[in-house]
Amino acid sequence: MSPCTDDYLDGNAAAGELSRIFAMDVTAAEGQCAHCGATKRFAEAHLYMQGPGLVARCAACEQVLLRLVNARQRVFLDVRGMTYLSLDTSQLQP
Amino acid sequence: MWRVGTVVALHDETPTARTITLDVPDWPGHVAGQHVDVRLTASDGYSAVRSYSIASAPSPQRRVELTVERLPNGEVSPYLTRELAVSDRLELRGPIGGWFVWRTQQTEPIQLIAGGSGIVPLMAMIRSRASASSTASFRLLYSVREPGAVWYRDELQGLSAKDQPVSVTYAYTRAAPKDWPRPPGRVDAALISNTTWPSKLAPTCYVCGPTSFVEIVAGFLSDAGNNPEKIRTERFGPTGDRQ
Repeated sequence: MSPCTDDYLDGNAAAGELSRIFAMDVTAAEGQCAHCGATKRFAEAHLYMQGPGLVARCAACEQVLLRLVNARQRVFLDVRGMTYLSLDTSQLQP
Repeated sequence: MWRVGTVVALHDETPTARTITLDVPDWPGHVAGQHVDVRLTASDGYSAVRSYSIASAPSPQRRVELTVERLPNGEVSPYLTRELAVSDRLELRGPIGGWFVWRTQQTEPIQLIAGGSGIVPLMAMIRSRASASSTASFRLLYSVREPGAVWYRDELQGLSAKDQPVSVTYAYTRAAPKDWPRPPGRVDAALISNTTWPSKLAPTCYVCGPTSFVEIVAGFLSDAGNNPEKIRTERFGPTGDRQ
């Protein structure tokens, strides 16, 4: 299944929401797509924000990497579309 | 998590775009290219969050500048560009994002390509280069509707007069100045190959603008022989109100 729209942003745009959960910037991290095996920066993913949450899709195969939904006092995070994330600790902000 | 900034200055770039200078006492500093989330909360508790790129270079004064374009049916931008006054307070989250950034340690040639309000994070990079006295070679290709829609006009003009100039090329899409060498039109492959760094110099390219603009320009850069891993993009679209 692929989305019927090219109305997406870059993974960069999820940085604010992800900063609520993670101590380090995830968008600069390298992640591997669990579907096609492509290894890219999370910032390069295609981000869809039209729905009730965020959906990040692999820029290579368009399969879902991450879903994040806010519901009342909870945040639901699904990252099963990524095999791993690799974070560079020398680039801690600023 | 959310910091409070106080508006210390307002400056109109064009009739529809305003630069907001904020004093943020606990600002931890930022890197050129990062953005902030701005949260507005109404008296009934309803709140809206939008992302805006930071326009200013990192500075020890804990000042943060944002330039916001008024979107016709926007929920947040009309308030920020019309109602907001000096000494008002704004809630900010950030600085955010560690990928679409230029660090002063980078010495390779830099190609900046802006579509409309996509100039903002690229301006932060140009300002950061100047404030750090970096000698990295910068080029900017700025696609804009017409001469009156150019943001930071005087500052961009001044850049070509400096010792280590940043070369700026304007691409007008609707109306160009009289005698302008190129008729108005969208950025195309010829303009990319004539005005941007040759790919053999292995520039890092930063492209920011509306989704369709970024898509097309990144394709041209890749076709011109640039390594896709050296092309960094930041898209904004109607969904996120991103500017």
